[in-house]
Amino acid sequence: MTQTQATPEQLNGVNVAALLGAREALENAPEAAEFTWKATSEWQNGAHTRMEMNGFFGLGEEHARNKTFAIDSDHPEVFAATDVAPTPVEIVLAGLAGCLTAGIASVAENRGIKLRSVKASLEGDMNLYGILGVDSNVRNGFRAVRVRYDIDADASEEDIAALVAQSQKRSAVFDIITNPTNVFVTVA
Amino acid sequence: MRDISTLIIGAGQAGLAMSHCLSQRSVEHVLLERGQVANSWSTERWDSLRLLTPNWQSRLPGFAYTGDQPDGYRNMAQTVDFLASYAQQITAPVETDTRVLSVEPMANGYMVRTDRGDWTCRSVVIATGACNIANVPSCAADLPAGVTSMTPLEYRNPAQLSDGNVLVVGASATGVQLASELRRSGRQVTLATGEHVRAPRTYRGRDIKWWMDQTGILDMTLAEVDDIKRARGVPSLQLIGSPTKETISLNALQAIGVQIAGRVMGMTETDVQFSGSLPNVCSLADLKMNRLLKQIDEWIETHASNEMIEPSYRLRNTIVPKDPLLRLNLKQAGIETVIWATGFKPDYSWLNVPVLTPRGELRHDGGVVDAPGMYVLGLPFLRRRKSSLIDGVGDDARDLATHLSAYLNGTLAAAA
Repeated sequence: MTQTQATPEQLNGVNVAALLGAREALENAPEAAEFTWKATSEWQNGAHTRMEMNGFFGLGEEHARNKTFAIDSDHPEVFAATDVAPTPVEIVLAGLAGCLTAGIASVAENRGIKLRSVKASLEGDMNLYGILGVDSNVRNGFRAVRVRYDIDADASEEDIAALVAQSQKRSAVFDIITNPTNVFVTVA
Repeated sequence: MRDISTLIIGAGQAGLAMSHCLSQRSVEHVLLERGQVANSWSTERWDSLRLLTPNWQSRLPGFAYTGDQPDGYRNMAQTVDFLASYAQQITAPVETDTRVLSVEPMANGYMVRTDRGDWTCRSVVIATGACNIANVPSCAADLPAGVTSMTPLEYRNPAQLSDGNVLVVGASATGVQLASELRRSGRQVTLATGEHVRAPRTYRGRDIKWWMDQTGILDMTLAEVDDIKRARGVPSLQLIGSPTKETISLNALQAIGVQIAGRVMGMTETDVQFSGSLPNVCSLADLKMNRLLKQIDEWIETHASNEMIEPSYRLRNTIVPKDPLLRLNLKQAGIETVIWATGFKPDYSWLNVPVLTPRGELRHDGGVVDAPGMYVLGLPFLRRRKSSLIDGVGDDARDLATHLSAYLNGTLAAAA
């Protein structure tokens, strides 16, 4: 697409060769493509909960990282909570931003487009009548989510729009938010 | 039991083109056809369908359109007549009303059983088409009682349906055409769309298919694409062959009152669930269309800059509803019929040769099937972008006839 595509060094810090290699390898080993992502959580106090993430299953085996990642969630003061951490719904928006932006970087790398800056602002609209049980016709979750990207790159407006579109097409979190998922909650 | 060098299964455009190419190479062969020539065109299409390609764009080996409406679009009767004339002109040895029941490997060839006697042959050409079976997603089984499920292979015209409203699933050529026809019949129509390929019927004064032919887009070969699987999976363009050269698109459909929604993702007891990705699939289609138009613009700039051609322009982007539908209660919406325009696949249930992938696709390299002396043609992007078109199967037939005759002569290595 551009001359930079031929150069071996990475434009955006994404190892596209490894990703494409993985795709080819997994096509011939469908069972290795089955991943299970995991998180644990423990209630702290009030609305404050701590989530931890380390292991995941994939490529036919369990993986443990060197480090356990933690995210806290809470509710804001207007909800009469301690507000020591973002609300879970903000973490969902953050997850969407992280997923789409990683996708943009990968697609740009693959298309030989150097990114200078990729910024997103996200908004999710919610009517509290849902979670408060005031009106059963109002859903608990987002009525709509808006993501606005501001991207500075060596590419035309159309090529940048195509990056963002392709990233949505391949995004896990975009799919999780836009499509129904069966959720099974049990008590040990 | 009869024996012959080569059997061609199917006498549509693919089988007939192959027959002509084999005759030119003096390869003795017979075509086995379950019905009459062009059977699928005459028995498995809806009444109003016209080809998506203009009349001139049906160049077959040794045959072409000679009528006075090169820019028109054939209806099905005309398509059947055209192919029957081809069969007659090339004196294709067709055994009609002969259904192949099975093909099995045997020493140095194949045993082909039909409902009118068995054959042995050294070489088999599969020309049974790409659209024998309509894909229907598994959630179709969960449709509530009282809702009729239908595929495009069964659909003929609006009068066949109950008076109720309709959900059309899939917005490639079939889905958009049926949505338009059913809306015009007075029904409320909801059209669910995943990824689709948008294209105007005409651009800068010419048919889009003319530009795709001129620019060489349709001639692109396997070697020129980097993702073959993706190229083979590209859905049909949102086009209709209408005498008025109408452009059919999600915008045009919304203008006549069709409601659009995202891809069907599931079914509850009462509701169909749609994906929230409608804005993105529309955006992908607009961007892709604009890349095609840009490619045409660039071709004109390079090859025809002196000619009087309409200036470049762009179509309005797809209008996405402000609050796209995520769920639809079928009963409340008065929907009595769901039409699954969700693609087609070939039927190889009669093929008892181990050449199918776990997904049921033929293992082949540009039509040379992974079994000695076996060939296939007429599949999407078999060897070229145009492979599945009447206009495109001829080049594939020439290539594969060369390979086939070299195989029969034992000179394959030399030919390759």
